[in-house]
Amino acid sequence: MRIPYYPGCTLKTKAKNFEDSAVASLDSLGVQLAEMPVWNCCGTVYCLAVDETAHQLAPVRNLLRLKEQGESQVVSLCTMCYNSLKRANLLMKTDVEKRGKIVNFVSEGEGSYGGEVEVLHLLEVLRDEIGFERVRREVTKPLKGLKVAPYYGCLLLRPAEVAIDDPLRPTILEDLLVSLGAEAVDFPHKTECCGSFQTVNNVELVVECARRILDAAAEAGAEVMITSCPLCAFNLDHRQREIRKVYSDFRGMPVLYFTQLMAIALELGEGVCRFDLNHADPRPLLASKGVM
Amino acid sequence: MRVAVSTKTVRSQFVKRIGEISGQNILACYQCGLCSAGCPASGAMDVPPNQVMRLVQLGLEGEIAHSGTIWLCASCLKCSIRCPRGIDLARVMEALRLMILRKNIPHVDLSEIDREALLELPQVALVANFRKLTP
Amino acid sequence: MEKVGVFLCHCDLNISGDVDVKKVLDAISQYPGVVYVEDCKDLCLPAGLDLIKKAIEEKGLKGVVLNSCSPGLHEGLYRQTVVSMGLSPYAYEIANLREVCGWPLVCDKEEATARAIQAIKASLNKLDWGEAVAPVSVPITKRALVIGGGIAGIQAALDIADGGYEVILVEKTSSIGGRMIQLSETFPTLDCPQCIETPRMVDVSQHPNIKLMAYCEVESLSGSAGNFTVKIRQKATYVDWSKCTGCGDCMEKCPYRRIPAEFDCYLGNRRAIYRPFPQAVPNRPIIDTKGCVRFLRAGAGDTRERCRACAIACQSDAIDFEMQDTFVEEKVGAIVVATGYDVFPKEKITEYPKDPDIIDGLQMERLLSSTGPTAGQMKRPSDGKVPQEVVFIQCVGSRDPAHYFPYCSRVCCMYTAKQAMLYKHAVHDGQAYVFYMDIRADGKGYEEFIQRAMEEDKVLYIRGRVSKIFRKGDKLMVWGIDTLSGNNVEIPADLVVLAVALVPSAGTKELAEKLGVAVDENGFMAEANAKLGTMESSTSGIYLAGMVQGLRDIPDSVQQAGGAASKVLDLFAKDEILLEPALVAATV
Repeated sequence: MRIPYYPGCTLKTKAKNFEDSAVASLDSLGVQLAEMPVWNCCGTVYCLAVDETAHQLAPVRNLLRLKEQGESQVVSLCTMCYNSLKRANLLMKTDVEKRGKIVNFVSEGEGSYGGEVEVLHLLEVLRDEIGFERVRREVTKPLKGLKVAPYYGCLLLRPAEVAIDDPLRPTILEDLLVSLGAEAVDFPHKTECCGSFQTVNNVELVVECARRILDAAAEAGAEVMITSCPLCAFNLDHRQREIRKVYSDFRGMPVLYFTQLMAIALELGEGVCRFDLNHADPRPLLASKGVM
Repeated sequence: MRVAVSTKTVRSQFVKRIGEISGQNILACYQCGLCSAGCPASGAMDVPPNQVMRLVQLGLEGEIAHSGTIWLCASCLKCSIRCPRGIDLARVMEALRLMILRKNIPHVDLSEIDREALLELPQVALVANFRKLTP
Repeated sequence: MEKVGVFLCHCDLNISGDVDVKKVLDAISQYPGVVYVEDCKDLCLPAGLDLIKKAIEEKGLKGVVLNSCSPGLHEGLYRQTVVSMGLSPYAYEIANLREVCGWPLVCDKEEATARAIQAIKASLNKLDWGEAVAPVSVPITKRALVIGGGIAGIQAALDIADGGYEVILVEKTSSIGGRMIQLSETFPTLDCPQCIETPRMVDVSQHPNIKLMAYCEVESLSGSAGNFTVKIRQKATYVDWSKCTGCGDCMEKCPYRRIPAEFDCYLGNRRAIYRPFPQAVPNRPIIDTKGCVRFLRAGAGDTRERCRACAIACQSDAIDFEMQDTFVEEKVGAIVVATGYDVFPKEKITEYPKDPDIIDGLQMERLLSSTGPTAGQMKRPSDGKVPQEVVFIQCVGSRDPAHYFPYCSRVCCMYTAKQAMLYKHAVHDGQAYVFYMDIRADGKGYEEFIQRAMEEDKVLYIRGRVSKIFRKGDKLMVWGIDTLSGNNVEIPADLVVLAVALVPSAGTKELAEKLGVAVDENGFMAEANAKLGTMESSTSGIYLAGMVQGLRDIPDSVQQAGGAASKVLDLFAKDEILLEPALVAATV
């Protein structure tokens, strides 16, 4: 199976650990993530103003390209890209006036786009097209005894029209973890915001948000946390350094992309996991649990 | 001190523009506070989100401009999905930010972020931040 | 028809503001057969009616076309007027110039006027085609059916029965009493419902005019006002109630004792053969075939020796495992529907987690009730601990058009205050908190009651909502906001009580279909008129009482039930009902 893939900027550099582990994991499941030949920034955050269209140009340009390449689907790994592309897609489907303006601009009046390409997140593809049962069968090293906190964050589940699962009681990450043989640890803040882009100019806010999330996971008994977004990964993983500066007793835990755990369970080797890009090195913990 | 409330404030251009940019019916808010109760940043805000809505209803734009609330909003959409009146509060926050940003007044100054931090931050953080907090 | 008079009502400005009256009159006065046209400000007022009478007399009119508002409003009045002048009741027509012509075309006077002229011409033509038909008079069956044995149904039944007529009271559970008997104490008097309702329940069972049919349901209905035929299903109880003495030995001996009890909102258990509560009326048990292993095994084709513990224990030989549902047909003249409400399932409120110590208002009533699973002792469901800090949350699912129900559930502000007070009376050094948006305390003594909760029982009212509840060890962390001080608050609670939205009871929609009664957009049975006709349904002869028509408290339910009963007594004051004949012959 082949599915067109939109990487986004961060996955090519700071979050190469996400991309490499994802591509390798999907490949071993018989799915080729075929990167779009030409792509541009997805816009990162969907502009919430209803009276302008300039901020929609970036995501729509990508979608139009996909259509022109004859593609009917695209999968994103980065949740921020997913949310931005999907919301722009829905706008193109529903708002005829804006559609006219935007598509005319990005295609010099030559193209047409009404939301024909389906935007998917990798987790949806795993659940709906590959199936967690298939993943479970392919796992050769079940992550037995590993207590994992599934962190969803915001943009995977909000707003309702792009949510890949129930926004208030999601289970998709837990289902994935079970198929990998790990123990999913439910904790109260799994859908709370990590602080998002405030990490640039307001680290104090991110420290509070991230600490709340990580402490709750630890209290619930988790040893490691997984995420699906490079910005969440940065705030929950790298910012642990800043949390420690404020809260000296903060213990923290390793934060991985869900595809890194997949790669370990499918025994694809450390190389594709690129743990060098994680801030808290998960290898000692994983080794102590006997999963690698 | 008594704040003057009249058609000058409640039907001001400011109130009208917020409605136009956000597409929301500001008067539907009955101040239940659920938005503020669930907002991850409300602990750091001097004026919680529900009070910002109140200020918009009253047309008191000056008080909103003096608070830091709209700049602490991370657009996490928790408020929007929970509002019992169906108000997309995140859009109202965006409208309040844009009323200032569109005047070419940035909230974040690139030069104030040190080089080391810039190199460490993932691109997605920088782009998102500048899209939200600068014109 | 010759010699027709046409009368046009201005309806103050409601018609004359949107329709060019002069133009209409000019056009119509030319129409063949029309000998008299007149307009006036208000046709329905005595002066207007006098105009009609005068014209009929002086001009010798044979037919009359009245043009006014909807016939639904004044048809009866106009017919009376016409008949009083000796004309046939079918020698008049009404054209609706307001709701059909003027109001919908308020922006287009020309179009509205053209339509008005058209409507009047149509009515004039219709007069030609009309033939006087003799109305059919049918004797009224002076028996009433009351569906639902809660406080409203009980009240309606007693009032009609006291009025001298036979009443059949059908109740789908095995005892009357409804929701009121599940409550701990009632606001604002803190009367215990067992004390004030049970006498009425006993009255019902003893009343010579009331036939109590418990554990029965309405199967189908036919007929019309004054002449209904209702088919009632008598569900199999598996206990012959005529032999049963209510001794309770069968329940003592039943080995299956861990079935979650509906009456206790699943906080306590009952046996497979059971009575819902000790003061049940009728005081007879039934067998729950989904809980009784004998029936479950039979259903699964298991042919082993099966349990007969209840039959063995019974000294009156009342157990009958072979019982079947039976059907009876009854003839009644009027029906009162009083089928009440349910609490919306709190599991569907996805904001809050599933936790044994997060309960809804009705469950709290059972915990506080002396007949409840904890005998009225305040013990929380998870571990039986006495809760020291209890958080009550109002408006859960109500006033939430975005996710649940747009309406206010009417009674929660009052019952929450009551529950907080009763909790404090049970746990003297406990603390109660109530998260609210508004306090709706509009009845007699209600505002004073709320103040008592705040001042005497020191209940802390926090204005704001709760965004999150999560368990942290022994406690439930409640994250909410106090909008009045602007603070986000965190309360470590031992027990959380949700005032969940109330909805029409399960099966209301299906029953409405059987009865031919309309329901509103929220599933409540629709009243004939929201202001002046809340006791009548959209169907003649069927009346509404209690929560089935709209949420309200016990005093209002009782009032409405009395009102519905009086409507029934009105109907029964006549011996015959005139059926409106309307026959249409059409050639196609």
